[in-house]
Amino acid sequence: MGKLWFGILLGGILGILDGLTAWFTPAVRSQIAGIVVGSMIKGAIAGAVAGWFAKKVNSVPLGILVGLVVGMLLAYGVAALQHGYYFEIMLPGSLVGAIAGYATQKHRPSRAIS
Amino acid sequence: MISDRVLAKLKAAAERPDLSATRYRLLGEIGRGGMGVVYLAEDAQLGREVAIKVLDEDSEARVLASLEHPGIVPVHEAGVLPDGRSYYAMKLVRGTRLDVFREIAASLPDRLRVFQRICEPVAFANARSVIHGDLKPANIMVGEFGEVLVMDWGAPGAGTPPFMAPEQVNGEQVDARADVFALGRILAILLEREEPMPKPLASICRKATQPDRALRYDGALAMAADVAAYLDCLPVAAHRETLWERSARLALRHRTLLALVAAYLAMRLIVIFWIRG
Repeated sequence: MGKLWFGILLGGILGILDGLTAWFTPAVRSQIAGIVVGSMIKGAIAGAVAGWFAKKVNSVPLGILVGLVVGMLLAYGVAALQHGYYFEIMLPGSLVGAIAGYATQKHRPSRAIS
Repeated sequence: MISDRVLAKLKAAAERPDLSATRYRLLGEIGRGGMGVVYLAEDAQLGREVAIKVLDEDSEARVLASLEHPGIVPVHEAGVLPDGRSYYAMKLVRGTRLDVFREIAASLPDRLRVFQRICEPVAFANARSVIHGDLKPANIMVGEFGEVLVMDWGAPGAGTPPFMAPEQVNGEQVDARADVFALGRILAILLEREEPMPKPLASICRKATQPDRALRYDGALAMAADVAAYLDCLPVAAHRETLWERSARLALRHRTLLALVAAYLAMRLIVIFWIRG
């Protein structure tokens, strides 16, 4: 699997897990399905950018930084739409991006044998 | 009556090679080994300093010339002196001898990387059926940028006791595993400052210096691969690790990822139990 697809898959999975943590917040528990889907899309986009960056630049610190910044920007957009929960949305979003950034840098794509 | 000092000076003067028929001008003596004496000389034609080794046998120059590797001192020229002794001119190696380097090398990874570079020319020569036979810290130079040059080739019969494999001491036929034995001793010396010595590295030294050569590494490259595995936090072939050692190694290997996940979980717990409290 290439770095881009790996980033999308990993970002999506991490996004789902991150979204599921909303269950611990009773006030938003009823909207958990929407939160999980939104969080998955956000994670997948952050993972895609991190994966694309990992294809271009081979640097773990820069990969983490790019993932962190993209995750933070996407989470800021979501929080702005919600008109609140900035801390609760942006911080995990940034860290999910950072993890995707690290993982895509470390991922070694398997090569097809012809 | 002549004192020992004067006698030694006279002997050294008599041994000084006559380079008048060559393009080299003698500048001084660098050192003495079992197989010959190394002098500092100037190449008058190219205006650079070189090292000249004067030998009783001329096999070493031919051996060296057949080995072209960045980790092996290149030979410029070989010839015979008027007194019948052989000589060869080689690159003047500037740097620190390994026995001095081990005292000043900053970190364990630095010393291990230098060790890997020692293994490369040894493996290269072994693959061409050339056995060094006298590997020891005094025969290895480390340059300013960590580059390594292995010297004193062509004397497989010589050897220095602490670095000689049992089969070499017994006068048996030697192969690449005799050099592996010496590399094991050299690695142990490089690790002397490590207290306690990491178990995987101790296992590498132990495997390399097994009295029975069949139990050693097949060659220098296999040994270097195990050292590389240790540096990359991968399993070392010579060491059977416990569950705890395996866990600690994996944690060290993935420490960045663990730190990120821990940061995420810590942040989530803060949000759930403290802010939402």
